[in-house]
Amino acid sequence: MSAAGRTPRPVSIASFAQAKNVRRDQERNEVEGLMPVIAEVFGNIGITKDDVDFICSGSTDYLIGGPFSFVMALDAVGVWPPRSESHVEMDGAFALYEAWVLLQEGEIDAALVYSFGRSSLGDLREILALQLDPYYLAPLWPDPISLAALQARALIDAGKATEADFAAIAARSRRDALANPHAQVALDVSADTLLEDEYVVSPLRRHALPPITDGAAAIVLAAGDKAARWSEHPVWITGFDHRMESHALGARDLTSSPSTAKAADVAGVADGPIDVAEIHAPYAHQEIIVKQALGLGDDVTINPSGGPLAANPLMSAGLIRIGEAAARIASGEARRAVAHATSGPCLQQNLVCVLEGE
Amino acid sequence: MPERCAVIGVGQTHHKAKRDDVSIAGLVREAAKMALADADLTWADIDAVVIGKAPDMFEGNMMPEIYLAPALGAVGKPMIRVHTAGSVGGSTALVAAHLVKSGIHKRVLTVAYEKQSDSDAMWALSVPQPFAAPLLAGAGGYFAPHIRAYMRRSGAPEHIGRMVAVKDRLNAMRNPYAHLHLPDIDMKMVEDSMMLWEPLRYLESCPSSDGAAAMVLAAEDAISGQYPPAWIHGTAMRSEPTMFAGRDQVNPQAGRDCSADVYAQAGITNPREQIDVAEIYVPFSWYEPMWLENLGFCELGDGWKLTESGATAFDGDIPWNTSGGVLSSNPIGASGMLRFLEVAMQVRGQAGEHQIDGARLALGQAYGGGSQFFAMWVVGSDKP
Repeated sequence: MSAAGRTPRPVSIASFAQAKNVRRDQERNEVEGLMPVIAEVFGNIGITKDDVDFICSGSTDYLIGGPFSFVMALDAVGVWPPRSESHVEMDGAFALYEAWVLLQEGEIDAALVYSFGRSSLGDLREILALQLDPYYLAPLWPDPISLAALQARALIDAGKATEADFAAIAARSRRDALANPHAQVALDVSADTLLEDEYVVSPLRRHALPPITDGAAAIVLAAGDKAARWSEHPVWITGFDHRMESHALGARDLTSSPSTAKAADVAGVADGPIDVAEIHAPYAHQEIIVKQALGLGDDVTINPSGGPLAANPLMSAGLIRIGEAAARIASGEARRAVAHATSGPCLQQNLVCVLEGE
Repeated sequence: MPERCAVIGVGQTHHKAKRDDVSIAGLVREAAKMALADADLTWADIDAVVIGKAPDMFEGNMMPEIYLAPALGAVGKPMIRVHTAGSVGGSTALVAAHLVKSGIHKRVLTVAYEKQSDSDAMWALSVPQPFAAPLLAGAGGYFAPHIRAYMRRSGAPEHIGRMVAVKDRLNAMRNPYAHLHLPDIDMKMVEDSMMLWEPLRYLESCPSSDGAAAMVLAAEDAISGQYPPAWIHGTAMRSEPTMFAGRDQVNPQAGRDCSADVYAQAGITNPREQIDVAEIYVPFSWYEPMWLENLGFCELGDGWKLTESGATAFDGDIPWNTSGGVLSSNPIGASGMLRFLEVAMQVRGQAGEHQIDGARLALGQAYGGGSQFFAMWVVGSDKP
């Protein structure tokens, strides 16, 4: 059920593909990086671009350092004859939301969503500072790691977590990533060993930070006959919402995430048991905040893919959470899952997508 | 079936070369508050916010919805940031319309802006990219060759571009929000202005503006406001690749397909006959005759004859760009939305001095990139 009390039209995650997440992909440009992902997402279910009615992508110009990076990226699909197409300057999870909205109208039955970004091209600590209020905040260049550290410190001061908790999350993510062929940081290492790291910005050590990742991802959404035709056991989106918080960090309780809680409520997370959660928490401590806001107990498997601590391709990491959660249901490991995506400093904007198998 | 959706509130800033009296947040808030007042609503009545603007590199503010959320009352609400190049203002309104048409929300605020005085568009458009030819001359330099191709194909005489430049500036004299108010504008003044990109002279080009546009879109059971609603009769977007052999940049297929789609939804079979008024994205004078053909208002090659005959003038049978158009105000990210907004004003009967009497069905169009992204809507005073 959504805010307006309507039951959404069933839409399935018909196919998901992602690039191998790597620290630096310098041999290929954005189009070349996307092409195999687009080919795979169609190839998985034996369709072509002619079978989708709408295309929506998510990316940001600031990674490539030039305007209109999404324009050339369209060549990875090849929009000829012309297509109904749109773009959000947001994570691909929000592009998926836009496509899902269109499918709700019932006039089209399939959409391609993709996202891409090479985080390695510039200095993310400088680039992400440009997301901040350009008059009062950005000129001070508070970098994203320092802002996340403020949040982690607040969490510790509130007695809600310890540095050992951060290390335990990082160790679990690295270990789980060993089973994920697309992961970037995968190793079997104990939390105690990780705690021997130096601080990058206290209280965050290197293991609590997201890796710098180049990547891309794509999902095909289907409804109606196409959903049935393209998947033997469709994975359905049963709830989908996202919410914004204030940009004024000082006006927020950084140890909680009311926007996630609100989105979870609208998306109906609590309407049934959750088996798996894929949480887009780029910093280890943020997983604790989001998990609580989603109302998840300790019986829920968190980030079996390794999550964003194992690979954090900017603009795709949220979309990948939805794809990974759907994959757990498709494989039969889970029946009901929740995927989360975030944007902005200290979890300012959050998206929640509930997925269910049959 | 999608839900019916209508424009119930519109707002825009006084567009100027420099709005140094407001921040970016102040600029967007000015337009948004005006739209809310027009709709007889407050911030609390809004379910979601959809914002659009042209490249973030213009103002140097990455993903600015993050910063602008509180100024637009979006805290606790869904907020989406659209970016589809020059067509973005139109696409942003369409994303907002879909949030209502899908039945997900009842009232959506949509906002688009550009603060060009905080930015350097020419620089931002010309950053060298690996393996790509740099666009060192900005948008005018990109479009001038296509205009020359149009002139060669159609045999249009040189003065057509100047006529459009004069006509749109005369219309702007009726619009208190327009950036350029040039009471003495005439053919001679345009002809005497500096050549920028042959054949485009200074006065045949859009200005560089600070400005914002906002609209409130509502579902059928949530209609309110000072004026009757502008019902949305059709919405469409189309994109095609930037370049490939055989692509017609003068008369792009994506534009033709987009208009065919939106006309089919609105039941339009003869645009010139059925559409009472149109606001079309004409940043450089010659795009009026080019889009007249692309949008099916006439046969190929005849666009310039329509302009020359005065058909598109304020008192013509198909008035185009009654607001003064992009040629009179160009806050880039908002320019597409201003087209959509002007036609909503026309069918609501709230356009004041630039009101076309009896306007009941109107077309708004925006384009972007290398004439490759198109967004259109048809609005009407009758319920679809």
